[in-house]
Amino acid sequence: MTNAETSRLRIAVIEKDRDRAMMIVDGLREAGEYEVSVIGEESGFARRIEDLKPDVVLIDLENPSRDVLEGLALASTPLDRPVAIFVDRSDTQLTRAAIEAGVSAYIVDGLRKERIKPVLDAAIARFGMISRMRKELDATKAALAERKTIDRAKGILMRARGLSEEEAYTLLRRTAMDQGRKIGDVASAIVTAAELLR
Amino acid sequence: MSLRRLECGFIPLIDSAPLVIARELGFAREEGLDLQLQAQPSWSAVRDKLALGRLDAAHLLAPVPIAMSMGLGGMALALDALSVLSMNGNVVGVSSRLARRMADAGAPGDFRSAAEIGRALIRVCDKPLTVGVPFPFSMHAELLYYWLGALGLKAPQDLIVRTVPPPQMAEAIEAGTIEAFCVGEPWGSVAVARGCAELILPGAAIWNFAPEKVLAVRKGWAEREIEATSGLMRAVWRAARWLGDSANVMTAAEIMSGADYLNLSSEMVERTLQGRLLVNASGEERVTPRFIEFFDGAATFPWRSQAVWIATRLARRNGLDLEEAAAVARGCFRPDLYRTCLDSAGADMPGASEKLEGALDMRSPVASSTGEMYLGPDLFFDGRVFDPIVISV
Repeated sequence: MTNAETSRLRIAVIEKDRDRAMMIVDGLREAGEYEVSVIGEESGFARRIEDLKPDVVLIDLENPSRDVLEGLALASTPLDRPVAIFVDRSDTQLTRAAIEAGVSAYIVDGLRKERIKPVLDAAIARFGMISRMRKELDATKAALAERKTIDRAKGILMRARGLSEEEAYTLLRRTAMDQGRKIGDVASAIVTAAELLR
Repeated sequence: MSLRRLECGFIPLIDSAPLVIARELGFAREEGLDLQLQAQPSWSAVRDKLALGRLDAAHLLAPVPIAMSMGLGGMALALDALSVLSMNGNVVGVSSRLARRMADAGAPGDFRSAAEIGRALIRVCDKPLTVGVPFPFSMHAELLYYWLGALGLKAPQDLIVRTVPPPQMAEAIEAGTIEAFCVGEPWGSVAVARGCAELILPGAAIWNFAPEKVLAVRKGWAEREIEATSGLMRAVWRAARWLGDSANVMTAAEIMSGADYLNLSSEMVERTLQGRLLVNASGEERVTPRFIEFFDGAATFPWRSQAVWIATRLARRNGLDLEEAAAVARGCFRPDLYRTCLDSAGADMPGASEKLEGALDMRSPVASSTGEMYLGPDLFFDGRVFDPIVISV
């Protein structure tokens, strides 16, 4: 039979961020004996896939190049099949878990389920972790940006009304409470208004 | 009154306008809907999120729900097309090198004569010709296969259709991985503006009236959520009617060009909406009537004959049974829901839900509920007529 049935599974991970790619590779290595390759370039990776002939391809659900894989999967014939289908067509549960984690997997048609399962479980765990970290990072960035806006609004109030820093913050907080809005929203309204009046 | 929140996926393209307008001009709010538009990175992402319930509805390539319901690509789940969001709107472009060769070979530069332009292209291109399209299941691919196939270029030995994400189309032309493309606006014009490609034909010159994008939901969702479904369909239909009024083009271009949507110059959007495209780097303009159409000619109606046309083309290429494919396609396009949900909005309803495709060479009156419906022209470039009842030929 083919490589897929007899030897180590060949897995290609498409991910241009090096740290993220390494996390995924580590996760896969812990799960079993696989031959893992990372493809970093966004454009022109079709050729790499054709050369590598992987049994499984893992790619971020949000990667804009996913449609290219979709095209490759359809173009492949049984003889030169790089990737064939999106996860397991029969297993909606697994597919749902993969999508929640933000990973899409392309798997050579006919690969036995018990060989795929550990790969997907490991991929789902790692991609899930990465997307949680990404969300936390976004939340931190947003919090920082809000902090800055509040500081600017405080500065504007201190100058315009001759308030101390603490008084300016109290005024912001009270206004937000009275209007049932978030303090960051009130601050950003003040900053916008000040820019318009400048 | 609290609004019903609907998650709707879209790809930032000019033909996502009916959804954008439905939200931005308040047509959705009037129906009690908080229409959340989520830009998506790829068509695979739209399809998978829709299938697994992360999205309620989506802007989708017309062949995707049909292909998916036929079991081609992706998960084996069925989708419904509730209405057509846009007709036409694609362009065919070639590398500057190929454009020069075509001009030397006497290809007409009229952006209209599909047969002559196609023959010239076939004569001068290296075989196999590699053409980029946004997705394997797309009208871009179908129009290309139809056009070049009818002129004698055989796939896959002489024609390779390759998937390239539209934002990478210009780059792929520059790198020489593709020699030509068929893509939706604004991406054709973007490639021209980068100076690496020329536009040779609008999709409308291959098939005068081709369904391009549809409003899609999971099969069964519409019946379970009939109130949200009819609200969404009415809002989108009113948006299409608004877009169909030429007086609104400038406003539409302003809204669409914003950072939340296309993030593009409003002039480029306006040109597309008016069918006045710049076809090469020297700025030559070609005007195409009905380059893109949102409303006129019953554009929004999901004709089962259009679904059957798409399904039989897909079935032939993939070696599937034609009759079965046609049956799946008929269940996938939902004129029944369209009639139920849009009757109260005052939409004119055609007497039939299937028709001959490619039989009208001019605007012609047809039987409808108000008697004011005009269809056509809807010709194929080679003059063939598609009868959805006689599909085995």
